Amino acid sequence: MTGSRVAGPATQLVRVLMPVGMLGGGFPATTIARGIELGADVIAVDGGSTDSGPHYLGTATAKTARAAVARDLRLILAGAKRAGIPVIVGSCGTSGTDTGVDWVHGIVSEVAAELGHSFRVARVYAEQRAEDLARLLQAGRIHPLEPALPLDAALLGRCTHIVGLMGHEPIAAALACGAEVVLAGRATDTALTAAYALAEGLPPGPVWHAGKIAECGGLCTTDPRSGGVVVTIDRDGFTVEPVAEHAQCTPASVAAHMMYENADPFRLREPAGTLDTRDATYTALDDRRVRVEGSRFEPAAQHTIKLEGAALAGYQTMIISGIRDPQVLSRLDEWCEQLRGYLDAVIPGTLGLQAGSYRIDLLRYGHDAVLGAAEPCASEAPREVGIVFIATAADQATATQLAKLANPALLHAPLPGDAELPSFAFLGSPAEIERGAVHEFVLHHVVDVTDPGELFRTAVGEVGA
Amino acid sequence: MTTLGALASHVRSKNAGPFWLTIDVFFADDIAYNRASHSLTDPAAIGARYAVRADQVRIHLLPRLLAIKVSMPRSVVQGCVGDRDMHAGQQFVALLGLPLPDGDPE
Repeated sequence: MTGSRVAGPATQLVRVLMPVGMLGGGFPATTIARGIELGADVIAVDGGSTDSGPHYLGTATAKTARAAVARDLRLILAGAKRAGIPVIVGSCGTSGTDTGVDWVHGIVSEVAAELGHSFRVARVYAEQRAEDLARLLQAGRIHPLEPALPLDAALLGRCTHIVGLMGHEPIAAALACGAEVVLAGRATDTALTAAYALAEGLPPGPVWHAGKIAECGGLCTTDPRSGGVVVTIDRDGFTVEPVAEHAQCTPASVAAHMMYENADPFRLREPAGTLDTRDATYTALDDRRVRVEGSRFEPAAQHTIKLEGAALAGYQTMIISGIRDPQVLSRLDEWCEQLRGYLDAVIPGTLGLQAGSYRIDLLRYGHDAVLGAAEPCASEAPREVGIVFIATAADQATATQLAKLANPALLHAPLPGDAELPSFAFLGSPAEIERGAVHEFVLHHVVDVTDPGELFRTAVGEVGA
Repeated sequence: MTTLGALASHVRSKNAGPFWLTIDVFFADDIAYNRASHSLTDPAAIGARYAVRADQVRIHLLPRLLAIKVSMPRSVVQGCVGDRDMHAGQQFVALLGLPLPDGDPE
């Protein structure tokens, strides 16, 4: 439970500085120095999430700007070196692929050289091979989460990248190897805060709850953009305090964060068990700091590692066409139905494509593109609409041929019964915008493991001057 | 009769991972919270707005926060072809017009 580095009973509290919710998100230049003044024992920062969608895992690319990541790391690494405290970065490169870990490692190396410091850096890789997982699936060690998706070896093979979400154990083990900087592949957000504190022997209830509250930096404060938070974890609970002096944590702002991006507001599953905050109390210590007690952690009978996998879903080409004509807008449903009917009739014969081998979406921005059938104001005529035509096909050339075939209709389709051909407002030339490959999340499963580290691999080395 | 949007002080929605949509509804006072918590009890009425089955809709009451959380599987997985809202950040709007009958507060 407490990782491989078990400290003596002397450790009474651990302070973790989480400067920002996402590495590369930026924070005030004073955040790190002020966090260290507050007594930070470790700096933890999340480098990723699934929140930006399947492209980043599917292609193993980062959503953050490289220069922004370098800027944040410069401040973090310089401060950590001065204070002699370790740095933990999780879910490197947005999706926590091996390429993502190496990408952040490259930036850390550059920044270290620039600062004239050397660092002992551990890379903890989280990517999984489809053939290894197929064997685990065969052995009955992979189970679906709710909502359950079907899984077989062929689907695993279709994934361009698969990662496992590590808990605190591989990170704590890397710290125990003397790493000053741990660059973790995909990890639970909470594990980044938890790893050091659990390794110091603090109890899991307060540690995991502190991890959840701190995971998004300043998001649990009254001014989310002001910089991060420091959590002080002890044997009975934890205290959370914003780094920025003008920002505040209130019992409401802290308790509400437990709800954030969480399907269940009280329970959070980690690889080693479940955090239960139902009986937690939130008390204002003053107008800036909140004390949390009563959090529990229930160890799981079976240690599990959650998987994330992205597969290629096709290639897309889109066209954006603006409609401002009040006549057309007053009969928009009719116009769209006629357009769709025309495309359905002309595509198979002209392009030789079978129904089901391609997909056409017509989104009506300004009308109901965002909510679709759930749009409550769909009976009102809009003032202006952006028709976003999206063709999805098995390859880029076909998607673009679909768009080119639709182009004249998107430009000139008249209202049913009208003789004159209108011309709508295309955005740019060429009208066709190739989006490239699109991916989809296809795994919502966990792997039973006996050793919490068995799916992860660690390499340790020196970087910098 | 009122609507959820009229009774709430703040409503937000977000992904809870790629497969779940979660909607947080906050109320300004006990009166509004109590009224909503007594009438926002029909998972079928909520699920119908998102093409989700009633038995998949979870309603969590948080009286200490004067909040109600509603979670359900996404009807389209995040980022799949056909998804309209990558972060599900605008999906709360479909719930604002939910009619809340005058409940029977104890």
